[in-house]
Amino acid sequence: MLKDITLGQYFPGNSLAHRLDPRTKILLTVVYIVALFCAKSFFSYGVVALLLLTGIKISGVAPRALVRGLKPILFIICFTAILNLFYTPGETLASFWIFRITKEGVLTAFFMVLRITMLIMGTFLLTYTTSPIALTDGLEALLNPLKKIRVPVHELAMIMSIALRMIPTLIEETDKIMSAQRARGADFESGNLFQRAKALVPVLVPLFVSAFRRADELAVAMECRCYHGGEGRTKLHVLRYQTIDCLVFSAYIAVLAGVLALAHFGL
Amino acid sequence: MEAIIRVENLTHTYGENTPFCRSAVQNVNMEIMKGEFLGIIGHTGSGKSTLIQHLNGLLKPTGGRILLGGRDIWAEPKKIREVRFRVGLVFQYPEYQLFEETVYKDVAFGPRNMGLDGKEIDRRVRSAMAFAGLGGDLLEKSPFDLSGGQKRRVAIAGVIAMEPDVLILDEPSAGLDPAGRRSLLENIRRYHREKGTTVVMVSHSMDEVAENVDRIVVLANAGVVMSGTPHEVFSRARELIDVGLNVPQVTQVAMALARQGVDIDPAVYTVADLRAALLALKGGKR
Repeated sequence: MLKDITLGQYFPGNSLAHRLDPRTKILLTVVYIVALFCAKSFFSYGVVALLLLTGIKISGVAPRALVRGLKPILFIICFTAILNLFYTPGETLASFWIFRITKEGVLTAFFMVLRITMLIMGTFLLTYTTSPIALTDGLEALLNPLKKIRVPVHELAMIMSIALRMIPTLIEETDKIMSAQRARGADFESGNLFQRAKALVPVLVPLFVSAFRRADELAVAMECRCYHGGEGRTKLHVLRYQTIDCLVFSAYIAVLAGVLALAHFGL
Repeated sequence: MEAIIRVENLTHTYGENTPFCRSAVQNVNMEIMKGEFLGIIGHTGSGKSTLIQHLNGLLKPTGGRILLGGRDIWAEPKKIREVRFRVGLVFQYPEYQLFEETVYKDVAFGPRNMGLDGKEIDRRVRSAMAFAGLGGDLLEKSPFDLSGGQKRRVAIAGVIAMEPDVLILDEPSAGLDPAGRRSLLENIRRYHREKGTTVVMVSHSMDEVAENVDRIVVLANAGVVMSGTPHEVFSRARELIDVGLNVPQVTQVAMALARQGVDIDPAVYTVADLRAALLALKGGKR
């Protein structure tokens, strides 16, 4: 049951989207998000949606997997939609009791839902087509200039990749400890909220103990291999922009610049 | 002898209806007799751990059923906890499940979940500690201050304290030094002898199984391939080796002697038996 969590899950593949440099993909995602938030009309939303659909098509990721990713935020989407629907002032379309639905409300609600959905799908597309290692590599390379102002970029990237690496291990460990406590009659399924929270103590204590133990062991193992931070460290896989990165990037920017311009003129 | 647990056509498939679907156990039929010391052996990934997690209802079969004392344990899913109290399961490396402030509280966790009163819990904790070979002076210590071997014993005591009808141990001696291994197994043997309850030990150490159990079930490739007394099982050395297992070292010596033409039973499996056989041979010739 715990294994069902999708957390930045990566679908291995060999599509164009998979082969792009992670830096390109991260930048494109950022640009995509900015465009999404600038879009104001049906037309500009349409262009951004087209970009997203093209991305999905190229990546070969099953659309169902993307939709599944929306499940956890379904509540937020509904909540936003309802709030916008009822609390936007404007021309009344329908009203009953104390509720009033306005034309502006319907539009805003629609755009908000569209925006959140596309935001999540776009970022999922990034994590679905980029392995966690490539992602941290890309981030590290992009943030490298910040080293000038003494931001420990390499260390942050290392922390991130270790954290990502530990997620499956800890999930497996949690499953194991829960089974062991269940074998001693622990009950995680019944009782009120307080009782359930209390029932988790026998799981959390051993989990923390083992997480610290693992961290300790990993630190020793890294020191044994002479790890000393980013200073003078070279990479096995050096990131290099390819022609395709340039092409995709330019095309993307061109389209989005168009959207921004349109948005500026109120379209 | 009557069977306390009967496994009928047990099949468990992980990730059903996904591309990762894999059967960990397939069509397993076996019986665990009341009061016996049963050994389950099998190579890594043969389905041992999956099988034993079915016996106390931690996993639900995707096919087949488990009968405990003649009743299907999943007949009333709400009462599955009762099954877990009757079939105590000690996981591999159980020392990582300790969580309480004191050893006493940790061992009492199971009995407390059973809803017993304080006096009964106290009796069970003390008796379980004694069976696990732990002194009463440890009761008020933090389990995290103990040595690895002691932690393991505390975890085992935590299951024994529920006084289950069947005690299942998954590789109880893994990772212990030879002395710790010997003394832990001696404790388990004593528990079986004095309590008269059923004990099931999962292991892939042939020597350990040979020295302790009454009967062996051999698992390979998600199914039961052999079962019988140690003598019966170890006389089929060839098949054992074929499924990635081996015979005890003593048996290997006897087999080598038999190959050299010495008139000896190639399936002796304890040091004492081999010694007796060799002495008999010597006495017979001279």
